[in-house]
Amino acid sequence: MQNDTVTFVIDQKEVRARRGQTILEAAEQAGVYIPRLCHLKGLTPHGSCRVCTVRVNGRYQAACTYPVADDLVVENDTEELRTLRRDLLEMLLVEGNHFCMFCEKSGHCELQALAYRHSIAAPKYPHLWPRREVDASHPDVLLDRNRCVLCGRCVRVSRDVDGKNVFGFVGRGPHRHLGVNSRRGLGGSDLSADDQAVTVCPVGCLLRKRTAFQVPVGQRRFDRQPIGAEVGAGAGSPQPSESPMQ
Amino acid sequence: MDENGATKAAVQAICREHGNDRTRMLDILRDVQRRFGFVSDEAMDEVAEVTGCARIDVESVVSFYAFLSDRPQGRIVIRLCNDVVDELKGMPEVAAAFRRELGIAIGETTSDGFFTLAETPCIGMCDQAPAVLVNDVVVTDLDPDRVRRIVHRLRYNPDPSALVTEVGDGNNGHPLVRAMVRNNVRRAGEVIFSDRMAEAGLQQALRLTPERVIEQVKQSKLCGRGGAGFPTGRKWEFTRAAQGGPKYIICNADEGEPGTFKDRVLLTERPDLLFEGMTIAAYAIGASEGILYLRGEYAYLRRFLEHVLEERRRAGLLGQSILGVDGFDFDIRIQLGAGSYVCGEETALISSCEGQRGDPKNRPPFPAEKGFLGRPTCVNNVETLCKAARILEEGPDWFRQWGTESSAGTKLLSISGDCLRPGIYEVPFGVKLSDVLKLCGARDAGAVLVGGPSGRLVAPADFDERICFEELPTGGAIVVFDSSRDLLRIVSRYLAFFIDESCGHCTPCRVGNVLLKERIDRLRRGQGERSDLEYLERLARTIQATSRCGLGQTSPRLVECTLRDFRSLYEACLGRPDLELRPSFDIRAALRESEALVGRDSVYNWNEQSELPCRTTPSRL
Repeated sequence: MQNDTVTFVIDQKEVRARRGQTILEAAEQAGVYIPRLCHLKGLTPHGSCRVCTVRVNGRYQAACTYPVADDLVVENDTEELRTLRRDLLEMLLVEGNHFCMFCEKSGHCELQALAYRHSIAAPKYPHLWPRREVDASHPDVLLDRNRCVLCGRCVRVSRDVDGKNVFGFVGRGPHRHLGVNSRRGLGGSDLSADDQAVTVCPVGCLLRKRTAFQVPVGQRRFDRQPIGAEVGAGAGSPQPSESPMQ
Repeated sequence: MDENGATKAAVQAICREHGNDRTRMLDILRDVQRRFGFVSDEAMDEVAEVTGCARIDVESVVSFYAFLSDRPQGRIVIRLCNDVVDELKGMPEVAAAFRRELGIAIGETTSDGFFTLAETPCIGMCDQAPAVLVNDVVVTDLDPDRVRRIVHRLRYNPDPSALVTEVGDGNNGHPLVRAMVRNNVRRAGEVIFSDRMAEAGLQQALRLTPERVIEQVKQSKLCGRGGAGFPTGRKWEFTRAAQGGPKYIICNADEGEPGTFKDRVLLTERPDLLFEGMTIAAYAIGASEGILYLRGEYAYLRRFLEHVLEERRRAGLLGQSILGVDGFDFDIRIQLGAGSYVCGEETALISSCEGQRGDPKNRPPFPAEKGFLGRPTCVNNVETLCKAARILEEGPDWFRQWGTESSAGTKLLSISGDCLRPGIYEVPFGVKLSDVLKLCGARDAGAVLVGGPSGRLVAPADFDERICFEELPTGGAIVVFDSSRDLLRIVSRYLAFFIDESCGHCTPCRVGNVLLKERIDRLRRGQGERSDLEYLERLARTIQATSRCGLGQTSPRLVECTLRDFRSLYEACLGRPDLELRPSFDIRAALRESEALVGRDSVYNWNEQSELPCRTTPSRL
């Protein structure tokens, strides 16, 4: 029995967790929010956005991939880590072509919400203005790579939940981008509009056509409460109905 | 239709040769590439179909490796090594000669589909630069004259191996190698290059229990020679202790750190010592299978290494009951890479062995627990395994007679750049950098890169520091720059290398390195502002702290150490404070678009001699 639980400290708070949980999961259960973008409950951790970077016994680790253990001392909500996270979010904002004011995902977008949470008004880095392909070949779904943050949620969900393997990564370095399992673009793949892969996109990259602005601005998800607010509020209770795995 | 059918059949045959096994994807795609000059859409579909994976998974792999291509390549692909050292040694002139002779630019293919010209990072020939790869054939010590003759000869005889008219020393002349590469062993130390009794280390190991073997290696204090310096004995111990099996020993022969070429020489001259070391490691950790991951640039050594393995099988040194020890069964296969630096990172190397993109994996779990195909795996560098064999042969105390407190034994250095005697030097750990510079004949060193671009650029004031894990750690790369070299340009070039070679998985490495280079280049244009220095420091810190693997964690190091030790270079780049405009504001670029739109030059005048608008400019914009 004793072997199944571990006790560790996060932000000076002692937390009990199940062995095998990640720091991010255990913290969340204890009502401690660790900002994250690529992570989605129920999916294999990706560890790519690095927004959930914490210090574990002094060393930097991604909370979404690092397993809990006894005697870990985790720093999460410190000025230093908030600064690192701000830098990472700003990198994502300048890497793609993000125009929040014109984006139909505005208010539902997790990148935007995280930027607000971290008080980012305008990134300090220069915009890279990449040329990225838009794929409108699918009758019901639009793929706008300009807004892709390479979180891999659609890749994992399509493979592990939808059982289809519609997406994958192509290219490397700054040329890495979202690829589609078809020579003829999204329209040639077996993606359907109600695939979970479409709904889990945290940004405005995968969009269901003809649904924009059904929820008016001002009543959108992050208009109601800032991202992460749900974690502290109902400590110990499961996450709201966002996860495709439930 | 017919052609399509033929392609399908040929791809199927290639897949069949590799057991239709998706974990052999890299071998399959390499063969398809060789057969057709590229991996076509049809070939990707067919490989996916036959190996039972999604087409996107195949495309993903093809797009990752530099030696695989989804567009037709020429029958002869000439890859120019664009490493910094090659540039110092005259690659710009050599590249110009190739472009002129072939009438194409880098990245293009001649209209007859015969030649493709490409660039590639360090191919491990810095001691005989400038060098290129012509398909798998290494051509060294180039100059524009030789380029002309080479192109002429290739037109006449399209077999690149015919370019080798004079073979290098030692096994470079072996019939299965036949390379013009020279070993350039300048200082043969006692651990690696002394005469020895073949297989004495293995024989000794098999007299001991595996636990005792590990104990010996631990006592020797041997640490990994690839650069990271993890204690080898502990790695073996972890892998031995790990649950599950079969277990694997992988030799990392993917030396891609620019400026490193020591493993090339070990693979050429000491393959038996290496395989002996792998066999000892296998015995110690309980592995039944070994993989030699050979970088694609060293493909010219493959047949020779296969032959050495075959000889060992025949001599009972590989296979069932090795040297008569009941139950000790072990064999080694060669996995060829396909042009990727990050695959030298051990988890990326494992991904690559599994036939995937060379993306590193999340850690933990560590390879010792869950590595190749999810099984306990130990990854060691070529030099490490060679040394392990010698330690078993001569004993840990013998090994510890060289080196310092925390850095036992000797180290192979690959020295290149501005020195008289580039090549391989085996030196004891603890040797002063200044003594190394004397050895190699570096007379006017203005800066020395120790440990490659992921190491440190050492300033003359620190030349008395010692080469060892405590002071100047290195996987072996030492590149000398004389005092005339433009160090910020060199920093920028190495950043370009990291940008190209990043797998792109994590944000800080994928984006941060691009941002670092942008700002360094802006400084170099004379458009720097004082605040840029702090900007660079913070950016470098963020990349280092948050990157997922060693590539990103070390890529900002050159920026960091030059900001500290060569600060005056940066200060000199700051824009002139007497200008009316902020130095970072590029007025020419800002006006260019509007000039294009209105179809005439702007009224803004500048002095064409200066890079920036001159101060006499009227302020009527």
